[in-house]
Amino acid sequence: MNEPLHRALGLTDDEAESITKILGRAPNPLELSMYSVMWSEHCSYKSSRIHLKRLPTEGEHVLVGPGENAGVIDMGDGIAAAIRIESHNHPSAIEPYQGAATGAGGILRDIFTMGARPIALMDPLRFGPLEDPRSRWIAEGVVNGISGYGNSVGVPTVGGETVFDETYTGNPLVNVLCLGIMPTERLVLGQATGVGNLAVLLGSRTGRDGIGGVSVLASAGFSDDEADAAKRPNVQVGDPFEEKRLIEACLKLLDEGLAVGIQDLGGAGLCCATSETASRGGVGMDVDITTIPLREEGMEPFEIMTSESQERMLAIVEPGNLDRVMEICEKWEVLASVIGTVTDNAGALRILDGPGDDAIVLADVPASSLHDEAPLYERPLAEPADLADRRQRSANDLPAPESIADDLAAMLIDPSWVYSQYDHQLFLNTVAGPGSDATVLRLKDPATGADTGRGMGLTTDGNHRWCAVDPKRGTANTVAESVLNLACVGARPLALVNCLNFGNPEHPEVMWQLSEAIDGMTEACLAFDLPVVGGNVSLYNESKGTNIDPTPVVGVLGMVDDLQSPPPGKRWNDGDRIVLLGDPDATELSGSTWAFRQGHKQGSLPAIDYDAHAAVAGLTRDLVNDPGFITGVHDISSGGLGVCLAEMAIASGVGCTVARVGSHALLFSEAPSRVVVAVSADNLPTLEERAAAAGVPVTRLGLAHKDQFAVKGLVEVPLATLASASADRLPNALGGGTTQG
Amino acid sequence: MTKVGVVVFPGTNCEADVIESVRALGGEAEMVWHGDASLPAVDAVVIPGGFAHGDYLRPGAIAQFSAIMGAVKEFADKGGPVVGICNGFQVLTETGLLPGALQKNAGLKFLCQPAELRVATTNSALTSAAEVGQTLHIPINHFEGNFTCSPDTLAQLHDEDRVVVTYVDNPNGSMGDIAGVCNQGRNVVGLMPHPERASNALLGSEDGNVMFTSLLQSALTNA
Repeated sequence: MNEPLHRALGLTDDEAESITKILGRAPNPLELSMYSVMWSEHCSYKSSRIHLKRLPTEGEHVLVGPGENAGVIDMGDGIAAAIRIESHNHPSAIEPYQGAATGAGGILRDIFTMGARPIALMDPLRFGPLEDPRSRWIAEGVVNGISGYGNSVGVPTVGGETVFDETYTGNPLVNVLCLGIMPTERLVLGQATGVGNLAVLLGSRTGRDGIGGVSVLASAGFSDDEADAAKRPNVQVGDPFEEKRLIEACLKLLDEGLAVGIQDLGGAGLCCATSETASRGGVGMDVDITTIPLREEGMEPFEIMTSESQERMLAIVEPGNLDRVMEICEKWEVLASVIGTVTDNAGALRILDGPGDDAIVLADVPASSLHDEAPLYERPLAEPADLADRRQRSANDLPAPESIADDLAAMLIDPSWVYSQYDHQLFLNTVAGPGSDATVLRLKDPATGADTGRGMGLTTDGNHRWCAVDPKRGTANTVAESVLNLACVGARPLALVNCLNFGNPEHPEVMWQLSEAIDGMTEACLAFDLPVVGGNVSLYNESKGTNIDPTPVVGVLGMVDDLQSPPPGKRWNDGDRIVLLGDPDATELSGSTWAFRQGHKQGSLPAIDYDAHAAVAGLTRDLVNDPGFITGVHDISSGGLGVCLAEMAIASGVGCTVARVGSHALLFSEAPSRVVVAVSADNLPTLEERAAAAGVPVTRLGLAHKDQFAVKGLVEVPLATLASASADRLPNALGGGTTQG
Repeated sequence: MTKVGVVVFPGTNCEADVIESVRALGGEAEMVWHGDASLPAVDAVVIPGGFAHGDYLRPGAIAQFSAIMGAVKEFADKGGPVVGICNGFQVLTETGLLPGALQKNAGLKFLCQPAELRVATTNSALTSAAEVGQTLHIPINHFEGNFTCSPDTLAQLHDEDRVVVTYVDNPNGSMGDIAGVCNQGRNVVGLMPHPERASNALLGSEDGNVMFTSLLQSALTNA
């Protein structure tokens, strides 16, 4: 017996029934396929929406919050910043190069759709272990894809994360954040208004690539390799040169005020763009399917409507402006075609098989029903049955390491192999680039290019180990780490976007993780007065029946109020004093990188004291913004104090002798709210006074000197040994060459 | 005031950066569209970095046929200073205004990283204000920056003092560590590193400014 069409398209029986109720009749196959993509998990957030509502979204600088193509923040001086983060996990798992490339392409369109010029990309990446050949293939392909697309499209990749862990074997996480800036007055929204206005499709021809990407690919997990390889045609193929010309043409259209609304074509393609613009504008739209430029003959209407061919935009244009629009597109060699008209037809999206009133109607659905009436699920959630028991088992009960030097070296990883393949300097904004605690970009007036004297801080952070042990505290601590990363470059946080990477929402434990993570994020955002201005939820991250560890990733934008010189960075000079700001007695090892390396994934995560955290962050920011007062600064996170000190030593080429760290627990604990500062002997007393005044504990740890990395009573190892362990890891595993592009 | 024309092809992306650097030194700069058959009144021309025409076929291969290149050749033939940076260098070798070719980096990887350069001659439109032997910290950002040419051409470049800048620690396999060369007239210069990315202390280096200063001086002499 044949499976009913709606099930083959990924719709449940109940969902099919709802569609019949909305239409008052049974949907035809084209209509059914339109609902199937729009009601997919990826497009509708049907499992997560109910929880996302809890996040705080308002703040005094917020111009546009969640729900639009990107969040928009008022940066002052008539400048607005647009920011968004997205995932392209599943496409990257089966076609790493194109998956990552089109992830970058898609998010760029979300930004220039708002009227902003994209000025920076960040790529938080997570792969399976380097020992696994397939994970290496994925990692290399993803990095090549970002390099190949991002460099060519002309938007610098200024930071990100690179994590290797067995939880991502078979299901890597490829998240991408984009930041754009615009004159505030150019801000546009993706809506259609004005009956009689024209819908103009810009950019690439529509082909058979990416059909069902959001439903077949993004909204199901991975099971067996052969079946997954067969999904490869569901991955789109990117063309950065087309995108570059599209960016220039669209920004020119918006500069001249020629578009009343503009919307990118991403997931669910034309179906999403036409219905979203009509729905937001409260109007109807007629689309003549015969006017859409195609890559090949014989494409079915459902293929045309749901194709995810890249590098396409939909502009809503007044008829009188059409000639000028065509002229601009011709200059930039961008194909432009009128494909539809805004109507007052009670919000109906109609797909017609030709021009004129007597054309055959292929589909006729209420545009808003594709969005607003998408199902909303309150899926069952349940904490793990053995949670209480697991929380009792602290990683501090593990035996002490045989060799602290070996354990330390194993946790060091220099990501420059990755970011040296990305243009991270274009636009002359990058003051602190990849490899820094946070990126710092100059804030220049997008209209005049004039330097405002201020800077933007940008960081992405995620920690699956913390969240596996405790999704709520883990997520709260992740937000806190972002705040501290920004403080280390002198920035105060303004707004947050999130990319929530979780497993299969049909598993109650995964839904519990998601709900807990959102609670943790809400708690931390309220404590730091940090509005959430956008987000993305990626579910079904599972491989062969195993869910990934919960991995909420946050991107936080901050402001450097007076950018006089580059921030000091993670370094010290020979002879500097090394000082710890924050709790000197933190020893909890549960959830730490060190514990996970021993296979220990239980215990209780250290809780955060928000007031203490704010004090440390505030003091750090003040020290950084006092040019020349401190030599270097680095927050303590993955790998604890040990990795923090080692990274500072390696970056400086100067060793250290540290005392007062009496156990491996003190060395490897990842308890929050701690920063290491390097300061000259002359400035040390003032630093201690400033810390006391700020109510922040300050502890002298030792001295930066010589060529040994020494922690008294625990470890003494040549700095060169640690440096080569760090520097050689990625080149040795991934080789020096590219395999594609 | 000295005016620099900055050529923009579809796919070029460093045009605004070059203009910012030129203006910061008191020069004037304006964009010139690749489809125009003539240059506006300018005293120097820069072909900036990026991916002209998507680098399709190979970098610079299509750009050489853009209408503006006829005017740029004419301008160069009359002694006008013409500088190609990165993709612009590739365009100039494809056009035949400079010798040699830029092939894929020896490591077969895109490289965006700091580079230490040594000024090999000050007898060029881009280095007249520098000193021979001076080291400059200027970043590179390319996949195809590995300079190559015939042994005869290499000998000629050395004999005629036309190697303009070299790498101290060769990052990409370039023959003779060459980072930039000039033509016989010394008015056309191409280099892979990006001086505009070393034009402000906030960016970590101001060493690129000596090149733009040289260019503006050459332009003044030409004007």
